[in-house]
Amino acid sequence: MVNYQERLDRTFAALVDPTRRAILAQLERRDGLSVSELAEPFAIKLPAVMKHLDVLDGAGLVTRSKSGRTVTVRLRPRPMREAMEWLRRYERFWSAGLDRLATYAEDKEAEARRKER
Amino acid sequence: MTSLTLVRRIKARPQIVFDAVTTAEGIAHWWGPDAGPVLLAESDPRVGGRYRVRFRRLDGGEHESSGEFLEIVRPERVVMSWRWKGSEEDPGESRVEMRLRAVPEGTELTFTHALLHDEDSRRNHEEGWMGALDKLEAHFAGTES
Repeated sequence: MVNYQERLDRTFAALVDPTRRAILAQLERRDGLSVSELAEPFAIKLPAVMKHLDVLDGAGLVTRSKSGRTVTVRLRPRPMREAMEWLRRYERFWSAGLDRLATYAEDKEAEARRKER
Repeated sequence: MTSLTLVRRIKARPQIVFDAVTTAEGIAHWWGPDAGPVLLAESDPRVGGRYRVRFRRLDGGEHESSGEFLEIVRPERVVMSWRWKGSEEDPGESRVEMRLRAVPEGTELTFTHALLHDEDSRRNHEEGWMGALDKLEAHFAGTES
């Protein structure tokens, strides 16, 4: 089994590329598009889109299912949710701490100024 | 690549902020996610030196994180590795970087917590994939895989 951190890294690495983000955004608007429908708005060739889909699939962000000659692409929410949870967890963790840090440093600054006077 | 960035403006000079984030005495005053106490703070702020912080949350849970100072440029920049003690939720090593910039009212602190740290990824991060994430989040909220 791929561990949590590897999964997260793979998710974020897949999201680094603007074309891949655009593909996801397109699926967000309309899920279950065929590969050629997905490729339409992009100025790149079908094989390049296929490569991006391989990366997204590898990161578990989309699934592809074949029916006859059509490959349908769908979003898979779980890895994205994990990535968002990681961000939220650390944002919660640090936000309040950094507020306290600011208060503490500002007190120290006031103290230093009193001494300098 | 997985990373979180927070920016704070603090009305104190960079040297004071720098000491507050690197010395044991400073860390003991603010570290942790809520108003729970810091139980232990150790820090040896030089390259290769280690730090260790144990704190209690208001819900009673105790947590400890530790790591090594990887880069120190007083009062501009500090980079340290980060690892939770005994966390199954998040067992890997990550990296905390704090950049301090003097601004008229004091210091602008840019705080980054990252799982990976390759430069290309960071550049791409700065180009703003967060916006894309925000948009996608609406879709994923409440959807089952």
